[in-house]
Amino acid sequence: MTASAAATPRHWPDEGLTRVPYWVYQDAAIYQDEQAKIFRGPVWNFLCLDAELTGPNTWRTSNIGEMPVVVTRDADGALAAFENRCAHRGALLCLKPCGEAKEIACIYHNWTYDLKGNLQGVAFRRGIKGQGGMLPDAKPESNAPAKVRIENYHGLVFGTLSDATPPVEAYLGADVAAKVKRVMKAPVKPLGGYSQMLASNWKLYMDNVKDTYHASLLHLFFAKFRINRLTQQGGVIVGGDGGCHVSFTIESPSGDEYEKAGVRSAAGEFALEAPELLDAVDEFGDNGTIQIVGVFPGFVLQQIKNSLAVRRIVPRGLQETELLWTVFGFADDDDKLTTLRLRQGNLIGPAGFISMEDGAATAFVQRGAVAAGGMNAVLEMGGRDVASNASRVSETSVRGFWQAWRGKMGI
Amino acid sequence: MSAAATTAMFDTAAQRATQFSIENLLARYVHALDDDRLEEWPAFFTEQGRYRITTLENHRAGFPLCIVQADSRAMMRDRIAALRHANIYEAQSYRHTVSSTIVKPLGDKGVGGTARFEAVSNFSVVRIMHDGAMLLFATGRYVDRITLDPEPVFEDKLVILDSRRIDTLLAIPL
Repeated sequence: MTASAAATPRHWPDEGLTRVPYWVYQDAAIYQDEQAKIFRGPVWNFLCLDAELTGPNTWRTSNIGEMPVVVTRDADGALAAFENRCAHRGALLCLKPCGEAKEIACIYHNWTYDLKGNLQGVAFRRGIKGQGGMLPDAKPESNAPAKVRIENYHGLVFGTLSDATPPVEAYLGADVAAKVKRVMKAPVKPLGGYSQMLASNWKLYMDNVKDTYHASLLHLFFAKFRINRLTQQGGVIVGGDGGCHVSFTIESPSGDEYEKAGVRSAAGEFALEAPELLDAVDEFGDNGTIQIVGVFPGFVLQQIKNSLAVRRIVPRGLQETELLWTVFGFADDDDKLTTLRLRQGNLIGPAGFISMEDGAATAFVQRGAVAAGGMNAVLEMGGRDVASNASRVSETSVRGFWQAWRGKMGI
Repeated sequence: MSAAATTAMFDTAAQRATQFSIENLLARYVHALDDDRLEEWPAFFTEQGRYRITTLENHRAGFPLCIVQADSRAMMRDRIAALRHANIYEAQSYRHTVSSTIVKPLGDKGVGGTARFEAVSNFSVVRIMHDGAMLLFATGRYVDRITLDPEPVFEDKLVILDSRRIDTLLAIPL
C-alpha cells in the first residue's frame, strides 16, 4: 500500500453498489484526492454547535477534512469561518480549541485579521524609517486564507468551500432534515466532550455509523441485559444523494413497561443492578428512543434516549481518524433532565456500553483487509439498491454512502 | 520552601499513619485493576460511592460530562458485568503508576462522624495489548474523597485525564 499504487486509475467493481473494494481504505492517493473532491468539494462539513461560540468576539478551531479552520462570532453576533492559515507563511492563526478576540493575529510575524478572515494589517509593511518593508505593488492578501461559506442550520454550524453545495436542507433531503429538526428543537447547552482516536481510515467510521445491520450483533449490551423490546419499531431513511441517512427506533409505551418488567424483575445473571442507568423521559413526545443521523461526509447527530451528541469525524491520516464528541442538552433543561442525560452518558463515547465496540471494529477491518486491497466487501443485506427501508437489517444506507462517495470522486 | 511547608502533613504519628493508609488504599486499588481482579473494584468504594472519569478540558470549563460515571457500587458491578459478558474489546491490561499523593483533611465529618480526607495523586497508565503492543494510554490526576473508618475506601473518585483523546476505547476502569 503505497502512494504510487494509485498511479493506475481505480476501477470500481462491476457489481456496483453491493461491493466496496478495500483499496478505498488503503490508498494514499485516494486519501489526498478525497481532501479536494469531498471535504473541500460540494459537501457540508459540520464545524461546531452554534452554542459553542458563547458570546461576541469568540472563536473556535475546527476542520474541513485535514484543513484547519476557524469559526468566529463577531461583535454583532454574526458567524463566519475561514481557513486557519496565515496569508504570509502559512502558519496556524489560532492555536487553541477556543478563545476570545476582537481580531486575530498570527504569532509568527503579527499579521492581523478581522473575525471574517480579512487581512487587516501587515507588520512593518512600510518598513522602519524608510528602510525595509514591502514594495508598493506587493499584494500580501493574494494568498489570504480561504473563506468558508457557512450555514447555521438549527444550531448546527456547517461549512463548505464550494459555491455548488446546495442549501443544507436540500443537501439533507426533506425526510432527513425533518429528523434533524426534531432533535435541534430549541437552543442547546453543551455538557462537555471528548475524542477518540481510531486506527482506521475515516470512511470506516462513517460506514459503521450507516451500518444499521451491525447494531444488535456487535453491541450486545442491550441483548445480554435483556433490554431489547419486542414492541420496537424503526427503520432507515436515506436522503440527499444517498450520503445522508437516519436510522431510528420507536417504542410503544407498552414496550417501556416490558423494559421495566424485564430489567427490574429478571433474576438472571445479566439483570442490571442499577437499572436507573436507563431511566429516560420521552422528551420529543413521539416515543422515539434512538435516532442516528449521518450526514456525508463526516457528521453524526445522535439521540440515544436522552443522550444527545454531535460527532465530528476528522481524518488525521490515511489510517488515523479522530472522532470528536460534543454532548449537549437544551438551555432550559432542569437538573433532573441533566442528571438523566449525564447518567445515560455511560451508553456512549469511548467507554459507552453500546458504542465502545465501534472504536475497535473499524480498526479490525483496516487490519484484516490489509493484504486484500484487490478484494471487496459485500453489501447485500436489504437488497441491492439505495432506498429507505422499514427494516434495519439492511445495508441500504451504507450503499448510499458509497453512492455519494463515488459521485464526488468520479470513480 | 519553609520547613513548615515540607513537614505540614507529618507533624504527628497520626498524620503519618493517615498518609500511609491512603497510599496503601491507592496501591491496592491499582493492583486490583492491573491484575484483572475487576470484581473487587466496587469494594474499594462506599455503597453509595461515586466514580467518574472526565477530561481536564471538561473539568476546567465546568462541563459536567463524564466518560464513565457510576453513582453506586451497584452501577460499578453493572459495568464490570458488561465488560465481562457483553462488551467486545481486544484482550488488554493496564499497568498503573500512582505517585505524589497529597492528603488534606476535610473539615466536615462523614457518616458516623468519621474523619474524611481529600487525596490528590498523579497517575499514568500503560496499556498492554494481547499482541504485546504497549501505549502510554492515560495520564492525569485522581481527586479522591476517602474515609478511613471502619476501613479505607473511596467515597468519591474523580479521574481527570490530562488529554481529551482516548485511543480506540476505554473498557477497564482507571
